Amino acid sequence: MSRLVTQDLIINVPERSDGTALNITIEPGQVWGVLGPNGAGKTTLLHTLAGLNAPRSGQVLLGGQPLETLSRRQVAQMLGVVFQERLDGFPATVLETALIGRHPYLSPWQMEGAADYAQAEAALERLDVAHLRDRLVSTLSGGERQRVAMATVLTQAPSIWLADEPTNHLDLHHQSAVMALMAQQAAQGSAVMMCLHDLNLAARWCDHLLLLYPNGDACWGTRDSMLVPSALERLYQQRLAVVEVEGAPVFVPIKE
Amino acid sequence: MLARLGFPLGLLLLAALTSLVIALGVGSAQLSPAQIWQVVLGNLGYIGQDEGNALARTMVLELRLPRALSAFAVGGLLAVAGALMQVLLRNPLADPYVLGLSGGASIGALAAMLAGLGGLAISGSAFGGALFSTFLVFGLAHGSGSWTPSRLLLTGVVVAAGWGAVITLMLALSPAERLPGMLYWLMGDLSYARAPWPPLLLLLATCVVLMPLGRSLNVLARGPQQAAALGVAVRPLEWCIYIVASLLTAAAVTTAGSIGFVGLVVPHMLRLLLGNDQRLILPACALAGGTLLVLADTLARTMIAPEQLPVGVITALLGVPTFLFLLYRSR
Repeated sequence: MSRLVTQDLIINVPERSDGTALNITIEPGQVWGVLGPNGAGKTTLLHTLAGLNAPRSGQVLLGGQPLETLSRRQVAQMLGVVFQERLDGFPATVLETALIGRHPYLSPWQMEGAADYAQAEAALERLDVAHLRDRLVSTLSGGERQRVAMATVLTQAPSIWLADEPTNHLDLHHQSAVMALMAQQAAQGSAVMMCLHDLNLAARWCDHLLLLYPNGDACWGTRDSMLVPSALERLYQQRLAVVEVEGAPVFVPIKE
Repeated sequence: MLARLGFPLGLLLLAALTSLVIALGVGSAQLSPAQIWQVVLGNLGYIGQDEGNALARTMVLELRLPRALSAFAVGGLLAVAGALMQVLLRNPLADPYVLGLSGGASIGALAAMLAGLGGLAISGSAFGGALFSTFLVFGLAHGSGSWTPSRLLLTGVVVAAGWGAVITLMLALSPAERLPGMLYWLMGDLSYARAPWPPLLLLLATCVVLMPLGRSLNVLARGPQQAAALGVAVRPLEWCIYIVASLLTAAAVTTAGSIGFVGLVVPHMLRLLLGNDQRLILPACALAGGTLLVLADTLARTMIAPEQLPVGVITALLGVPTFLFLLYRSR
């Protein structure tokens, strides 16, 4: 099981001062939530952790090794990314889409075998989209596509999950189901980090939080130490009311 | 999996062989498939050669076979190059000619013709022009760091328009007696294609080289970020595709002049029929593109025989309505 470590990491958000250097360790079994308003750099951070964006300074260690010394293939065998935006240039079916999660493990001449298909189909089943397996992805609803994207990464079976708003477009039941899947992955030894807009999902499912401010400032720690109403109000520039439901705090924006 | 690849490719191979037999048999003197078979056997030394077969032998081996094989190679090269460009630009409507390649090649060829050079010099000059245009477009689109498909496409379209103006200028300034040859070259002409083996070998080598890259291309078709996250070294792969596609187009243009629509229509039709697995689409493009051009060239030389039509006219006349129909139906 590999961990993800940032050393004095400053992400490269254009025209922004450096702000707080990030020194974070995401251990196997942990579920991290990244919170922040629009444009705070949540997606940029996730892409930097995945090695898709170069950092302004500092570095990311994956399994103890600097990310830039690893090949993309080695990275992909350890780390999976759920993107917020997906483009489909060419039509592809749901099963084909999930199956590309096996790409990092297959040699160039190798065809996908029965085991690969079984893994992809199990992932589709887990995300509740198995009945769509032969449909073209372009014909699906936003929420179904989101779940297919999750199924692709589940097929990839990484030990580190980086998910950019995995609950986007999902109805309430599937939001819970996806968060439960993330928690289950962590319980099985994966490390999970996801960007979330929904404070309450974060409060409920994450054990660590990272707050990103638009000016580049950041703070991080365990959930309970981070869920301070005054800090969250400063983060979102929004007054909040707090109530407790099932032992977890629920934040509601106050009408001005 | 193998059956899924094997069946369509087998059918296409059969179609390719049939098209070659038709191309060898049809013309000013018709030959039956049996006669062609005899020539083939005779040439391989399995049966003796008699006087009656000598004419057929010359016609098949020295006139029709090189031309048909050249047509096959050029069609295959253009279709594979088109399929690659479409993956690179993530746009199913991309075409090798869209990036100004054929324009550059045409300028090279026309300049050689204007200078009164022949044969090999025209081919070499066209090849140089195609590669020059490739690097011009890529260099300009690359410019300040990153290139996006839309930027590459726009640069290519603008450069192609520029080449078009220069071509018109050259035609306007050239002496009348050179015009027919130049126009034929611009519309694609296989009647001078006598050396089918270099483009054929290039086509075969490309298919062998691309097969192991097929799955990476499938992933790349889903966007560079998704591909990188799934373990594809995106930048080297994109350069590789671009250079290979440019080489293939340059080789095709050099052999037969500029022939449009094969690179656009063939991959598009195959994608509609066979899906988007590049491991299947690329070899299928080689076979189907070759078959299409062999048939188009056979039409070009027989329709108003003894006069010949430029094969580019035939592919455009077949390609434009087919493409418009597919586009209309896909909405």
